[in-house]
Amino acid sequence: MKAIARKHEFWLAMVVMSMIGATALRSPGFASLEKLAVIFNDSSMLIILALGQMVVILTRSIDLSMASNLALSGMIVALVNAGYPSIPVPALMVLATCCGLFLGAFNGVLIWRIGIPSIVVTLGTLTIYRGAIFLIAGGKWVNADRFTEEFVQYTRVEFLGLPALSWYAIAIVIGFFVIMTRTTLGRSIYAVGVNPNAALYTGINIGRTQFIAFCMSGALSGFCGYLWVSRYVIGSVEVAKGYELTIVAACVIGGISIAGGVGTVAGAMLGALFLGVMSNALPVIGVSPFWQMAISGAAIILAVIINASSQKKSKRLILRKEPGAS
Amino acid sequence: MTEKVSQPRQIADRLTSPLHDAVFSWPTLLLLVATGLFILNIFASPYFLSPWALSDATFNFTEKAIIAFAMALLIISGEIDLSVAAIIALSSTTMGLVLQYGVDTPGLILIGTVTGVACGAFNGLLVTGLGLPSIVVTIGTMSFFRGISFMILGDKAFNGYPPSFAYFGQGYVWWVISFEFVLFFVVAAAYYILLHRTNFGRHVFAIGNNPVAARFSGVRVARVKFILFCLVGLMSGIAAVLLTSRLGSTRPSIAQGWELEVITMVVLGGVAILGGSGTIQGVFVAAFVMGLISFGLGLLNVPGIVMSIFIGSLLIVVIALPILAGKIRERRT
Repeated sequence: MKAIARKHEFWLAMVVMSMIGATALRSPGFASLEKLAVIFNDSSMLIILALGQMVVILTRSIDLSMASNLALSGMIVALVNAGYPSIPVPALMVLATCCGLFLGAFNGVLIWRIGIPSIVVTLGTLTIYRGAIFLIAGGKWVNADRFTEEFVQYTRVEFLGLPALSWYAIAIVIGFFVIMTRTTLGRSIYAVGVNPNAALYTGINIGRTQFIAFCMSGALSGFCGYLWVSRYVIGSVEVAKGYELTIVAACVIGGISIAGGVGTVAGAMLGALFLGVMSNALPVIGVSPFWQMAISGAAIILAVIINASSQKKSKRLILRKEPGAS
Repeated sequence: MTEKVSQPRQIADRLTSPLHDAVFSWPTLLLLVATGLFILNIFASPYFLSPWALSDATFNFTEKAIIAFAMALLIISGEIDLSVAAIIALSSTTMGLVLQYGVDTPGLILIGTVTGVACGAFNGLLVTGLGLPSIVVTIGTMSFFRGISFMILGDKAFNGYPPSFAYFGQGYVWWVISFEFVLFFVVAAAYYILLHRTNFGRHVFAIGNNPVAARFSGVRVARVKFILFCLVGLMSGIAAVLLTSRLGSTRPSIAQGWELEVITMVVLGGVAILGGSGTIQGVFVAAFVMGLISFGLGLLNVPGIVMSIFIGSLLIVVIALPILAGKIRERRT
């Protein structure tokens, strides 16, 4: 199974690179290091969020509340920054992450302790968190002029040619790579997804593992809340609206199986980069931005078809060895 | 999705009495909630009891509910369709497109519903033909269908629907009873019969409970699921006709976010999100509950986004309560 997964990441990387190459034929500047850095920076938040979603999907769950969580945590730090400009930004980053962690833990508790399916819980909290933004901000926006200079600069400062935003993403990717491949937590997350029965018999607490996965996705959403508000310099109810499905799309394109247990950090990152490269490339080759949605939809469908065919599952239900997959 | 470790199902030796079942059933519980909301609304706003206000309120939920009935069957069979709102957008766009070529009302309705069925069949083909998970397929087609709308329309809109077309979304059959409201009842009755009174309905439950066992019993699992996807597409197409007629224009952003509201309605109606159980009566009452909440809060000048907090909380509480009650009962025995 690992060989297939590795193959998927390899091919996805090829696709992303050939997309960059093909676009560069039309516009030579596209493959320049500066432009590539811009594309990576544009995709940074999606990469971070896709990693959080990946962990959740691996445990056979789904987190549809990530974008709302992001917007709510972002609004909280935006209001704090506008109200108390003296609080240092690193403290705000911690605050955003903690807010996100709390919201994620709320999802996780409902799933773990009460046993409500994750799709129902996060469908509910998707609207609850988004509505809460309206309540705490009184329906107002936090506009660009109300942020401190420092707040805005913490995602923009350049280091070795890359903005800080990109470095956060790189650090989180490395951190998650270590967690997923080198720790018992990572192994138990995979175990729960591949075979919950077997995981239970090996002494893994399934509910608790799912709870931790939701805490992780929540914390990353919260952290991205700060990044989003700092990058686009606006806090509003509309922040990242509808983004939850883009995050799932990045995971799906990255070869993470919605049935759980299959997927890698590299896959999630490449899935996010694929969408990032595409949204940057289309305007360059003169495709109307209105086409982008249909193309990314087609990309998702294609990715699912390719994933499924590479896993070579028999379509016959009768006389199949392993029943009940759907 | 969150599959717990499977345990053998326990079946009681004795059946509970039908009366007990009816009183303690999900639809009855919801009906109590709906009645409570209705009474609360009467006290909350003096404008609530006017027939025209109530009639207006039904437009809030009838279009979504029409899709929710078909979606209920699909979810009971263990699949899901997140692309319904996108199908509405695409159906509405194709209607607007053929309108430009002078097609009149009957043609518009035909095109709208056919587009819906075609989209549903596309989903169904991907899910049953290629064996793909429906949640991912429909996340993809959700962008794809709406994306095509954006490709055709860009930032423009289609206007100028013929006056006779306006009847479906704005017309009244009798006094304050709108065409949409009547259609809502007709669709509810049709799906009630389909799910609870036909072989097809039994097959849907069988598939949702155990697709392998269903297949071994001779149920054509793939075909039933394909038909269900087509039905959801058809209902989305009909909803597109109603909505387009009511708004009188088509924009690619039409019905944005409806997929989650439709699914909330279905789950609120007591349909198990993992498949296998649910009733049309439940969804029927859930439609009223959601309509009453948004209308009542609207009369109190509560903004739409705050209303969504109520609906989201309701969804979680309503699902959590029976589970918690079951746990307490378990502990007692």
